[in-house]
Amino acid sequence: MAKRAAAFADPVEWRDLRALGAAIRARSLTRLPELLEQLEERCRENGIAVHWAETADEANAAVLAILELHGAKRVVKGKSMVSEEMHLNDYLERHGIESLESDLGEYIIQLDGETPSHIIMPAIHKNRGQIARLFGQKIRDAEYTEDVDALTAIARRVLRRKFFEAEAGVSGVNFAVAETGTLCLVENEGNGRMSTHVPPVHIALMGIEKVVERLEDVPPLYSLLTRSATAQPITTYFNMITGPRSAGEKDGPREVHLVILDNGRSRTFADRELSATLRCIRCGACMNHCPVYTRVGGHAYEAVYPGPIGKLVTPQSEGVGRRHDLLEASSLCGACGEVCPVGIPIPELIVRLRAEAVGEGSGSEVRGAGEGRHALEAAAWKMWSAVHRSPGLYRAATLAASRLGRWMPGSLPVLSAWTKVRTTPRPARRTLHELADEKGIPDA
Amino acid sequence: MPEAAREHILGRLRRATPRPAAPEPDVSVMARKVHAPDERYPRLRRLMEAVRAEFLETTAADWPGAVAAFAEAEGFRALAYGPGTEAGARLAAAWPARGPRLVAFDRPIEECKRELFEEIDGGFTTTLGGIAETGGLILWPSPQEPRLLSLVPPVHLALLDTTRIHDSFWHAMRAERWAERMPPNALLVSGPSKTADIEQTLAYGVHGPKRLVVVAVRGRD
Amino acid sequence: MPGLKKSRRYDPPIVTGVPASGGRRKPKAVYFFGTCLVDLFYPGAGLSAIQLLQREGVRVVFPRGQTCCGQPAFNSGYREEARSVAAAQIRLFSGTLPVVVPSGSCAGMIRRHYRELFAGDPLEAEAEDFASRVVELTQFLCGVLDVPLVDRGERIRVAWHGSCHALREAGVEDEPLRLLAQLSNVEVAPLSRERECCGFGGTFAVRHPEISAAMVEDKAEAVSATGADVVLSGDAGCLLNIGGRLEAKGATVRTAHVAEFLWERTRER
Repeated sequence: MAKRAAAFADPVEWRDLRALGAAIRARSLTRLPELLEQLEERCRENGIAVHWAETADEANAAVLAILELHGAKRVVKGKSMVSEEMHLNDYLERHGIESLESDLGEYIIQLDGETPSHIIMPAIHKNRGQIARLFGQKIRDAEYTEDVDALTAIARRVLRRKFFEAEAGVSGVNFAVAETGTLCLVENEGNGRMSTHVPPVHIALMGIEKVVERLEDVPPLYSLLTRSATAQPITTYFNMITGPRSAGEKDGPREVHLVILDNGRSRTFADRELSATLRCIRCGACMNHCPVYTRVGGHAYEAVYPGPIGKLVTPQSEGVGRRHDLLEASSLCGACGEVCPVGIPIPELIVRLRAEAVGEGSGSEVRGAGEGRHALEAAAWKMWSAVHRSPGLYRAATLAASRLGRWMPGSLPVLSAWTKVRTTPRPARRTLHELADEKGIPDA
Repeated sequence: MPEAAREHILGRLRRATPRPAAPEPDVSVMARKVHAPDERYPRLRRLMEAVRAEFLETTAADWPGAVAAFAEAEGFRALAYGPGTEAGARLAAAWPARGPRLVAFDRPIEECKRELFEEIDGGFTTTLGGIAETGGLILWPSPQEPRLLSLVPPVHLALLDTTRIHDSFWHAMRAERWAERMPPNALLVSGPSKTADIEQTLAYGVHGPKRLVVVAVRGRD
Repeated sequence: MPGLKKSRRYDPPIVTGVPASGGRRKPKAVYFFGTCLVDLFYPGAGLSAIQLLQREGVRVVFPRGQTCCGQPAFNSGYREEARSVAAAQIRLFSGTLPVVVPSGSCAGMIRRHYRELFAGDPLEAEAEDFASRVVELTQFLCGVLDVPLVDRGERIRVAWHGSCHALREAGVEDEPLRLLAQLSNVEVAPLSRERECCGFGGTFAVRHPEISAAMVEDKAEAVSATGADVVLSGDAGCLLNIGGRLEAKGATVRTAHVAEFLWERTRER
């Protein structure tokens, strides 16, 4: 957290850059269908084949079709959260295709049969001892070592062989530029470039919201991304792909495919307020600053996208009733919204989704609206409302609470969660209303 | 059906409540990130050295010799380059007869993949320029200078004309009108490959080159 | 003073009696919205706040019909219930008087969320007007009244917990610290993890008790580490939460609402 603060040391610059990032993302979203069409047209002109997929299943099928066309059995992958949504690796494995993660963090957890716990640092939950043991067990000819450089060298050796032999490379897309038909990839390790330039086929996966209007829109977003994610001014590589190997080029993939995935995003788009969710550039700052995430870790969310942004994305794609648990696991402290580089009002959207969950939202298309409403709780709030909108009832209730509350047992169901670690809250002997009467404070 | 998917997706997006046209974003925060011309190279060097890039300072006349000497000193078996560029031609012309081999990457990768992966110790490329704001080099692969030169060999030697350093990424793409002429691949490189995936500890030399050596040609800057 | 930085004066855009630019005319009268938690758990703080205002020559009106801003229901998603309670407050606090609220959380709720709660509702205009008149207590004391405070107490060390809603919803930054800075015998000890949530979050504390417990424990530890005699906050929910934890641990550090503290330190004996 301190490193990110240092990366944005100038508050004026942060304010202005963030406003610019939010404006660019918002603007792209207002023109989303046209920009997607423009992106498709430019890509096709440049020789990139474009495939559309409404669901994860369709996207998987599209990828499989391309691989089968080329008889490809060995795939290397760069990091892609969209591919996690698709559960692509499992899908390909079931079809007899090896899909190997090449980003070191992703490689580590794949080796251990896990899923990423953070969108930027997928193996953040593992320590070097665990990784050393993992490598020692699972990698042939790997000596046991806990030295970070040595572990890295082992991974380099193994993956270099894989890059060499791979028949196809899969990647995500950080930004897709409609103006030029350019796919931008951000990375530090070089595995992204290896996966997208060495094998003869490159398949890029993106969510519909990743498109931006112009090439000029990219530098501000890139700056916000690297500084929010890892407090770096720039990553090792910023890769811009605008086509497959052209005439005369000696290397590069012969074919580049772009798979554009919806998977519920268009539904989010339809709601003006909730569409701000789609501004996300997947930097991870929100989860790095979340008091809940930093205590429970990513796997506790049981979702592809953890953390605050996950609280918006997952309920909208899986249903606000089904994932009410995620929506409730927030104290609404607002740290996430404060650091979001594109100004997504995350706490406000969490509250909006909570309203949708209990069926008191704005009658929109949110998946699972109303399915989180429980009769008992709804009745309790109705009663609360009745008491609090009637001065007389409220007065009576607070009087009773102040006189009797001191004797309320801390073991009552609602209270016991509280009193496990805290003393029972004790109402005062007289309420403020009573004191006001006593002191003759004027009434309205 | 893929065609149906396209229509469904675009249809849903188009049917969504139209939003008011968003205003033109204010880019002054980008425009004001400028640096004095004589500050650009020192700044670039400082920022890139902070992420372990190495610098070999030389002159327009001497750089081919400097590159050859570097390869010799490092005990390279071979250095790969793109022969079709002006810089490539100069390099070849100045290459010593003995010592490391200078290998032209002038055939499709399919014909020289093993050699590139296993026998080449360094790759030499030119650059389009540099970026002062964050540090970084602009690489513009082409038929004459293939992409993998700056990726596969464990050492990447990049020729930088220090008078061609832009204030920032944003300034560079506007000044040189990239939007009108994007090649199939273009990229920014700021240092050797790295990762912090193991206990958030920095380790260099992951999948990309382990070393980035900037051959900085000092001109009239 | 640790943590104190030069900051802009609080300039509420529309607060009757105070022009937005320049001029510091005090309002002659204000409404006081005590909030439900202060009403039941910290009435002394509410009274102290009223007395602080009265001492500056401001007439304080306390509409007896007031209850709650509606935040608990709103945050839980029960908007209709929140709206009906909020509507009652809007009607009650009618007119042009500023509304002073001894809670950043409640002030933030009204200022930032009443508009959306009443969007498209017949009460929309009144809701916006009401929201524009709401001011958090320390913002009012510091930015509008510019109260002079003379310390009449013994030397004491305090820790300040700024609630995350006060900070992020109501925009309360350093007003409380500037007020405390005037008290010559009060030392404000820097609190680690200052901007981190204490784990109250309203119903969050009972819905996700383990996480909330972990958060309040970290906050309590940080408070104890300051060696302060008392930890202050402008938000009753945080006080209940942190105070409850500290007490359960047998810690000696007390908790107090900043209003009560300021009044006790400065009132004539």
